[in-house]
Amino acid sequence: MSKPLYPLIEREVRNAWSGGNLWMPIIFFISISILFPFAVGPDAKILAITGGGVLWIAALLASLLPMERLILPDRENGFLDQLIVRGYSDELIAIAKIIGHWFAFGPPLIIASLFAAALIGQGDDRMGLIILGLAIGTPALAGLGVTVSALTAGLSGASAIGGLLLVPIAIPILIFGAASLSPEPGSALQLLAAASLAVTMVSPFAAGAALRALRE
Amino acid sequence: MGQGQSNKTSIMMDNLACMRSNRLIYQHISVQLSAREILWVKGRNGSGKSTLLRQIASLLPILAGQLEVSGDIALTDEKLTFDPNLPLEKALRFWADLDDSSLSKLDDAMQLFDLVMLSTIPIRLLSTGQRKRANLARVFASEAKIYLLDEPYNGLDHDNIKALDKAMGHHQKTGGITIIASHIKPEIAVDHILDLDQAHLHKHNKGAQS
Repeated sequence: MSKPLYPLIEREVRNAWSGGNLWMPIIFFISISILFPFAVGPDAKILAITGGGVLWIAALLASLLPMERLILPDRENGFLDQLIVRGYSDELIAIAKIIGHWFAFGPPLIIASLFAAALIGQGDDRMGLIILGLAIGTPALAGLGVTVSALTAGLSGASAIGGLLLVPIAIPILIFGAASLSPEPGSALQLLAAASLAVTMVSPFAAGAALRALRE
Repeated sequence: MGQGQSNKTSIMMDNLACMRSNRLIYQHISVQLSAREILWVKGRNGSGKSTLLRQIASLLPILAGQLEVSGDIALTDEKLTFDPNLPLEKALRFWADLDDSSLSKLDDAMQLFDLVMLSTIPIRLLSTGQRKRANLARVFASEAKIYLLDEPYNGLDHDNIKALDKAMGHHQKTGGITIIASHIKPEIAVDHILDLDQAHLHKHNKGAQS
């Protein structure tokens, strides 16, 4: 495994920034947080109870937004081929993609959550919990995003199918992530960490297998 | 470069076959290439030239026959292989850095394919021929010993064809192997010819003649 990963990760982040794609998930995330109080009403109690869940749904969907540009363009313009010719394994490419994807949406999302949290009635005392939860959960979302976009690359209606595919796998992350913000969190945060770890560890292999299948 | 192979460059194809979606593309391909040799893979469109190159580059699995490649590979086909928004030089640098190849080699390749003037132009604004040249420069800047060129003459004008032949001649002199997949005859002298039309039609054709 002497193949350098850093240039690939750097390229992922650069592509996310240069395409203006960086802002899309953030704007999406904040818009949901703005819309939500209008939909359920400004009752602080209700917002405090339900807000955490909405924040996590928004995070999940925001991580899906760049899905179409994660794998498909690289497959079409021969980038993936070139890496394979250079001796990169599909799993290693997947790892670079996942780390790059996370850097492009994870930290910005966490920063945006500081604003979003206030909009949906999450008090200052929960900020730490929100940031911690997102920091733990977003790597799994990145892994899932890359896996799903490798699985659906080249299909028509890839984002719709991808969203559908992601839902069952993302449910544990969502449940424990949202539960960690509920009034009685129990050990939700630990369970979130466990679920996130499992998904994050498995996703390079799943995405790698999908990349291999893409070459026929 | 990572492969850690012995410094003897060679390619051995023995009775190689390729099947895709239940269709036999070619079979009974047997060719031996060693350092300083050029192979011309000829054949009509759809005869499997690109497929053979992809197989040699380990982008497609080997289902029958044997393939042994020793030496690093650089490949160019019809694909762009650059980020469309990057300026040409940066795009070429990306691969040169990844390959750990020397910058002077990249400069030489850019000069040879007349790309120096274009170095700040984003890839997406380049013409077909310019993209082709950029891809050739990417290959010829690489320290890899085996160059796989898929239809390298497409979209090149007369001067650039000459530049390409010169570059291939240089690669040959420095001990490399070049495989040209092309439907037109290369001007440079080739050591072997593999006719995929024949390989397809006649089952027992040996495939290569020197």
